[in-house]
Amino acid sequence: MPRSVKTLVGWARTAPSRATVLSGEDVVSDDLLAEAVTTAGPRGVIPRGLGRSYGDPAVNAGGLVVDMTARHRVHAIDAETGLVDLDAGVSLDQLMRIALPFGLWVPVLPGTRQVTIGGAIASDIHGKNHHTNGSFGNHVVSMDLLTASGDVRRLEPEGPESELFWATVGGIGLTGIILRATIRMTKTETAYFVADTERTANLDETIERFWDGSDEAYDYSSAWFDSISTGPKLGRAALGRGSLARLDELPEKLRRDPLKFDAPQLATLPDVFPNGLANKLSFSVIGELYYRKTKNARGQIQNLTAFYHPLDLFGDWNRAYGSKGFLQYQFIVPLAAEAEFRSIIADIAASGHVSFLNVFKKFGEGNRAPLSFPMPGWNICVDFPIVDGLGRFCRDLDRRVLAMGGRLYTAKDSRTDAATFAAMYPRLDEWRKVRDAADPDGVFASDMSRRLALTN
Amino acid sequence: MIDAVGHPSSLLLLGGTSEIGLAIAERYLEGGPVRVVLAGRQSPRLADAAARLDRAGATTETVEFDAKDAAVHTEAVRKAFAGGDIDVAVVAFGLLGDQEKAWQDIDVAVELAEVNYVATVSVGVALATEFRRQGHGRIVALSSVAGERARRSNFVYGSTKAGMDAFYTGLTEALRGDGIGVTIVRPGFVHSKMTEGMDAAPLATTPEKVAEVAVDAVTKGRELVWAPAPLRAVMSVLRHIPRPIFRRLPV
Repeated sequence: MPRSVKTLVGWARTAPSRATVLSGEDVVSDDLLAEAVTTAGPRGVIPRGLGRSYGDPAVNAGGLVVDMTARHRVHAIDAETGLVDLDAGVSLDQLMRIALPFGLWVPVLPGTRQVTIGGAIASDIHGKNHHTNGSFGNHVVSMDLLTASGDVRRLEPEGPESELFWATVGGIGLTGIILRATIRMTKTETAYFVADTERTANLDETIERFWDGSDEAYDYSSAWFDSISTGPKLGRAALGRGSLARLDELPEKLRRDPLKFDAPQLATLPDVFPNGLANKLSFSVIGELYYRKTKNARGQIQNLTAFYHPLDLFGDWNRAYGSKGFLQYQFIVPLAAEAEFRSIIADIAASGHVSFLNVFKKFGEGNRAPLSFPMPGWNICVDFPIVDGLGRFCRDLDRRVLAMGGRLYTAKDSRTDAATFAAMYPRLDEWRKVRDAADPDGVFASDMSRRLALTN
Repeated sequence: MIDAVGHPSSLLLLGGTSEIGLAIAERYLEGGPVRVVLAGRQSPRLADAAARLDRAGATTETVEFDAKDAAVHTEAVRKAFAGGDIDVAVVAFGLLGDQEKAWQDIDVAVELAEVNYVATVSVGVALATEFRRQGHGRIVALSSVAGERARRSNFVYGSTKAGMDAFYTGLTEALRGDGIGVTIVRPGFVHSKMTEGMDAAPLATTPEKVAEVAVDAVTKGRELVWAPAPLRAVMSVLRHIPRPIFRRLPV
């Protein structure tokens, strides 16, 4: 049954949206997929991967949604050059399992491995190594894009098709459907990290750790910070920083199988959590435990889950927020905006909107893509359970982020308005021009493209 | 689309000068910009309403719409959807009129029936067509507690609202499979131009309070709400009181 009508949501489980979903054989065949695109109705079409975007970029009410996960073949992998040729529906988890025996590491890993290659490019995702390795688009050597006319175009980061290449990187599926890509992987001797962890006592100390130059010694770094405690504990953090381990850094026991995929999952959360369980009390307790668990220790050997994906210990953790869902607010502001950015952290703590999964990281240089999120600056991610008044609180945050020259991330946003988004992305018109040329009739559309007035 | 925190990008008010309708628009505008389409007869009042919403941060457009002329309803609703998706449509028009005249004067009675029942049904059909084509959206139907049990004092009005309420109750079910939602709001006595000079009933409310209830219901996906909320319990009791007693109640 390749076509069915489904109600879809983003990862935060808000704003349900019904669409016709194309899947299976119709997606695997280039010809059938091209036909679906060229015969799409007035509500248009949007590709969807594993649905990890929090808001509405991969839903399309009343239109067509192409479930790309059926295209999941890895075509070629070369241990010498580090190049992998693979379908857009391959997940980073699958890629990692296949590539590790060749001594190859996924160059950019976000907070979950459950994203597809297509999604990784379309959101130009970033990870803890942004300051050393940039975002996902920087590692794409070429890609095949099915455009609105039904033609497949081979895009590369330089040369005649480079404009459409960079409009597709971070282009949230609105330039066409990425079918296949070649990715340059990172070489590694092991699948483990050498990590230093430490606790900071307050926000000053947390920011100082990212200013004092120590960050440059690590390929990977980020911090979990406390956004609930007000007063002196405000902004205290558990820092985890490290680099991929060399073979000679591993203990004897791990050296026998250094490239073993070691990422355990304890349990998948059932869908039984009531609304309101995610509250200030429960978050304070869990936060305190997490903070205290973090030791001040250097040179620890950690597996991927321990160092990178502690949330992956619990599958479907988004269910813990109950049926009302939640909202992730991720923003970046330039380094110079430090003072105002501190006051935002204080105001979040004082707001009564409680967030547990708080990430703090200093980003490095951005890339050429007009809608790419990263730029040099302070990246903050918090997530709030949906309660009355949250919309107004976030609007106020929008205003302040914009005033600092900062912006929101399309993979996380589920609520900002078109004018605010346009002001946050000054190169939006440049992107629109390239997009409109590739899709003059506006075949590609999503709930996000309508909310943010991105397409014609 | 209605976003993650319940904020719509666009709103259609059928009955563009309705005080409750405008209060709903203003309530939404507190949460961010909204494109508002006001459907009503071209008049200074409609222009004033548009200016008032623009000042509150809306982008407003108007569409010619006369509740009494069913022949143009389909076209008016189609025009309202022509400028882009409509996320929430409020069926806000209605007449109260002189209730003593209404049961003795055919013209007055028929006018009430045409505006409050025939027109809301015809608009409901047109909205359902447009929303199904669009694939998402929510209809808010402003009903009344007067429709829950006919009273001697306003039974002509009450009978039209009873019919309208039943239609939108059924429409809620008919559209369920298409992902389109319907919210029926049953206000009690509302202090407004419509009720100017009348004695307020117990639990009287204001357009702003009704708007608060309506917006909250849309955000939470609720299908039937009373304004104010305690009226639900009150009406539940009143519906079951035997006629000889009900007749004597000062309601």
